[in-house]
Amino acid sequence: MSTPRPMDYRVRHVTVYDYATPVTISHHAGRLRPRHFDTQKVHDSALHIAPVPSHRRERRDFFGNTLTTFTLAEPYRALTVTATSHVSVQPPRLPEAIHTPPWEQVADRLAGGLGADVVDAGQYAFDSPLVAASADLRDFAAPSFPPGRPILSGVRDLCHRVHTAFAYDPAATTIATPLALVMRERRGVCQDFAHVMIGALRSLGLAARYVSGYVLTRMPGDGDRLEGGDASHAWLSVFVPVDGAPNGGWIDVDPTNDKLVTHEHVVVAWGRDFDDVSPIKGVMLGGGNAAPSVSVDVTPLNPDGSVMRDPPPGGGGPMTDR
Amino acid sequence: MVTPLNTSANAEAEAGAGAETPAVPGSSWLCYESRPGVYDEMVAADGTVRPHWRDLVAHLDALGAGEIGRRADRARRLIRDNGVTYNVYGDPAGQDRAWSLDPVPLLIDEADWLSIERAMVQRAQLLNAVLADLYGPRHLLSEGILPAALVHANPAYLRPLVGARPSGGVFVHLLAVDLARAPDGRWWVVDTRSEMPSGIGYALENRVIMNRVLPDVLRALPVHRLAQHLTEVRDSLIRRAPPTREHPRVVLWTPGPFNETYFEHVYLARYMGFTLVEGEDLTVRDGRVFLKTLEGLQPVDVILRRNESSFCDPLELKGESTLGAPGLVEAAHERTVSLANALGAGLAESPGLMPFLPSLCHRLLGEELLMPSVATWWCGQPRERGYVLDQMPDLAVRSAFHATGPISRGALMDPASRAALRRDIEHRPYAWVGQEAVSPSTAPVWTDGRLEPRPLVLRVHVCAHDGGYSVMPGGLARVSGAADDESVSMQRGGGSKDAWVLSERPVGLPPRPRPGEQVPTVVRGVRDLPSRVADDLFWLGRYVERCDNTARLLRCLIGRLAETGAGSGEVAVILGMLWPMGHPPFTSPAGAGAAEHDRTVRAILDANMDPSNPRGLAALALNVHRVGVRVRDRLSIDTWRAINALIDALGLGAYTSAVPSEPGVPQTPAPGAPPPLTLEDAGPRLSAVLMPVQVITGLANENMTRGLGWRFLDTGRRIERALHMLALFEGVARTDSAAREAALEAALEVADSQMTYRARYLEAPQTVPVLDVLLADESNPRSLAYQLVRLGLHMDSLAPDQAFGLRSHEQRLTVRLLGITRTVDLNRLPVDGGGSAPAPASAEAGDEPDAAMPPPADLPTLLRLLRGLLNALSESLARQYFAHAVETRHGSAGGRVRPARDHPESGA
Repeated sequence: MSTPRPMDYRVRHVTVYDYATPVTISHHAGRLRPRHFDTQKVHDSALHIAPVPSHRRERRDFFGNTLTTFTLAEPYRALTVTATSHVSVQPPRLPEAIHTPPWEQVADRLAGGLGADVVDAGQYAFDSPLVAASADLRDFAAPSFPPGRPILSGVRDLCHRVHTAFAYDPAATTIATPLALVMRERRGVCQDFAHVMIGALRSLGLAARYVSGYVLTRMPGDGDRLEGGDASHAWLSVFVPVDGAPNGGWIDVDPTNDKLVTHEHVVVAWGRDFDDVSPIKGVMLGGGNAAPSVSVDVTPLNPDGSVMRDPPPGGGGPMTDR
Repeated sequence: MVTPLNTSANAEAEAGAGAETPAVPGSSWLCYESRPGVYDEMVAADGTVRPHWRDLVAHLDALGAGEIGRRADRARRLIRDNGVTYNVYGDPAGQDRAWSLDPVPLLIDEADWLSIERAMVQRAQLLNAVLADLYGPRHLLSEGILPAALVHANPAYLRPLVGARPSGGVFVHLLAVDLARAPDGRWWVVDTRSEMPSGIGYALENRVIMNRVLPDVLRALPVHRLAQHLTEVRDSLIRRAPPTREHPRVVLWTPGPFNETYFEHVYLARYMGFTLVEGEDLTVRDGRVFLKTLEGLQPVDVILRRNESSFCDPLELKGESTLGAPGLVEAAHERTVSLANALGAGLAESPGLMPFLPSLCHRLLGEELLMPSVATWWCGQPRERGYVLDQMPDLAVRSAFHATGPISRGALMDPASRAALRRDIEHRPYAWVGQEAVSPSTAPVWTDGRLEPRPLVLRVHVCAHDGGYSVMPGGLARVSGAADDESVSMQRGGGSKDAWVLSERPVGLPPRPRPGEQVPTVVRGVRDLPSRVADDLFWLGRYVERCDNTARLLRCLIGRLAETGAGSGEVAVILGMLWPMGHPPFTSPAGAGAAEHDRTVRAILDANMDPSNPRGLAALALNVHRVGVRVRDRLSIDTWRAINALIDALGLGAYTSAVPSEPGVPQTPAPGAPPPLTLEDAGPRLSAVLMPVQVITGLANENMTRGLGWRFLDTGRRIERALHMLALFEGVARTDSAAREAALEAALEVADSQMTYRARYLEAPQTVPVLDVLLADESNPRSLAYQLVRLGLHMDSLAPDQAFGLRSHEQRLTVRLLGITRTVDLNRLPVDGGGSAPAPASAEAGDEPDAAMPPPADLPTLLRLLRGLLNALSESLARQYFAHAVETRHGSAGGRVRPARDHPESGA
């Protein structure tokens, strides 16, 4: 099998807050710089904040994501956070599903907790603040995981079932919608689908982590449009310990688009659930409630770094705005 | 099973009551029967008194039963008078349950104590090393010494704190360890508290009380003192500040008055001289923690943390928390502040750690664990899980993560709940442990005039000191509420004992200050009055005064009704004064007939007893209580009693427990309506309301130091009284000349100035003399001018820069107010201002009057001018001193708005 060529992207993620009344002081924590790992190289990334914060720090969080904390201590009416980066995505070599171990074997290894990889992966099998295993989720997962089924086959099947059983409906949920409600209503957005599938896998004793990032909505000249491109996207990784698996055994699946992640996704951060990787959180004095407006552009680049052109008519390229 | 031990017929005969209970050897009358198979602290298995107890037994014997009973009563009284309480969540009996202290101490001999001390120092070092690893390199997980599930699935493991190493590597600054003694006499650790260890304050207060209860005995025995340890705690906390800080600021962070150990927070803050703060008093700027004080932001160096870790930073920890300081986690990473204990230190108290401590001790300290923990089986391991499921009836089952969670004793559970617990364990096995059901040792407790054995747990306090740890010698022992109840918990109604560690050498006088240790400088004012406290005291002053004014008005109304009868002009005048102040019928009364008056008066009384009517007397009294609770630590016990008496006088007791809206406190259902005020009983009951109000006022005047706190309390009172005086005269100005005299009479009565007036003027009330007494006379403490003089003094002392005569905005406002009352010519001031329609008082809060305004042409104009200036003063104070950071959380993680601050009508 020949190694596929990496895809280069330029990503621009702009978040704007507009307040009716001045904010006098605010504290923020952002995870906006893409991660650097086996199959994704970050060539450069920049985070621009206007107005300029009085205090700004960067550190690695527990999960290895880059966390930027900043404080604005002078009154302001509008805040703009712009994250730009240039990344190369190497499509992972995914194992054949039938060559992956039976799912129970993976669950047993995780429960046994032996081996350094399992010690780290094991933490993604436990409940987390937003995703707790439940009988409901276990029942939902069961049809995809008959005894002895190779784990990746089960994951593909579950991914497809989440995609078909749940309606994509941006009006249905908010960030605060609990998982149980999503399960009842059977509708939501990428974040909810990721949480549902993570919860279902955890109910079986499998390890799954939440991934935030971006997805290319449409390749130049390609007709298919993927959901989730106008803002931050979310999907999940499943722990599949098999020799030669990419990224330490973590395989990404995107239930919103019903596919295994290859070269169209840019990873920003991962954690146990949304709470661990929220792109920007803030606590502020004044301002009133303001929903941020978010726009994300994912631009494919040619190997020489120039922007890949859409064949005509190609008005706005692959980017979307809101 | 009764086993007679050393029974002597004589002793029994003398004991009288103790016919079946064996006598205590060495005592002529004391009887005591230890329980078989259990270690007793006082009596050995052969029935003899243990040597280190013999002196105490002799002393108790000499005191006699009656005297011991009297001393037990004295202990209870001292506890009540000192306000020692332990809040029990969801207890309908009220917020404050009195602490209980047994008059018989627990004695521990020195040899025993030294081994406890060594073991506790080792345990503190061990737990600190465990935290340093788990919040750092995590070797313990990668090496498989500690199962990862115990950490990764543990809610106490706060991932945002990983990598934040505190200065000096001290995660555990304070540690409390609960010990129980097994039947073989060995001490075992049954529980650990590293998140927010409590008990030091109670231990010290117990010792203070024992000093009054058994002074002779305490002096006669060589008891190790506790105060030295408290000094070490204080010094060690101060030393956690960066060495560059000359006057480090240490604060004690409390979640507030509804916390179960709030008494201790207040006590320790006072004892150690630390500022008591709540989350909203703190703010993080540029990676540093500050205290919001009246003098601006003051840097905080060390936080003695009694707020739970996960509630400490809404930005990086629990987002919905309103108790935290956003940015604190970042400050911890930057090490600009020291927290005792470190955020996330609660991980070390997880019961699931206990079975692994011996191997952790080997790995981290290279030592044997000196004191064992109670036998614990972690259900995350298959074999251990099997054992726990099989042996459940003989074990205690509890969370592997939450040391403060419930403990289910298999023996006491019915089959159904045992089956439910079994399912829980099978569902999430790693979250549970089984523990041996311990039979702790017993100690004698004075109950109903005799000694009875009660199961006992000893809480030992450890503090980081001089690079190591030191242990408080003695302190807090807790006993269960009943002889057969082996669970020992203050939450469940047990009692406490003072534990005395007996030295083998005589204990001398309290240590003198060591060389180089400075005698403390005399301090008067406290610089660090948090803005929140100033705000609350200001509103406490206003609400108390508003209660006073409202009760007087109502009493005046009831009095007139009785004297002149419904339908009289006098009653009509008062009704005319009342409605613009927010009383029924809220608009100009339609009729003047007797029936109409009767109906209106009844409506007024009902409305004032309705707690949902914000202008009513009931709501005002509840506001006094509510704000009082928030500044409880600043109020004397007597003031607090007066506030409770005010609540009782109105029959509002049921409403005060519905007040808390703190997270985790269950909301009690709305209580029934308070007893109504009737025409018959309103007079005496209103007088009964005025009594506690007067007590509160009197205590503030006579017993409060004239610090910033008192100034804000009094400022609130003065502003309220001044506004009330204006409202009264607005009522007078609305009357026609026929009713004027009755209106002036009412104003004098409500303002408690009839005697003053009568002493000066023989005739019936006339406008100009009454105006002089109530508005302009600066010697009458009820007059407007008097309030303005006082306000002027307060604003002068609050103003930051007096040296160069620079006046603050508030000072300028009081000068102008006083200038008006001092210069107005009452003889040339027409009372009615052209018959303009009156507006309700609250709607007149206009803009601050222009300085160039001509002198008022008539009384209504004068009143409007004064009201505008007073409101401007109140608002200016709020802007200048109370500007709170009401921080709301939104952004991509959802927009939750924290509850708005109270005092909804600020400025009105």
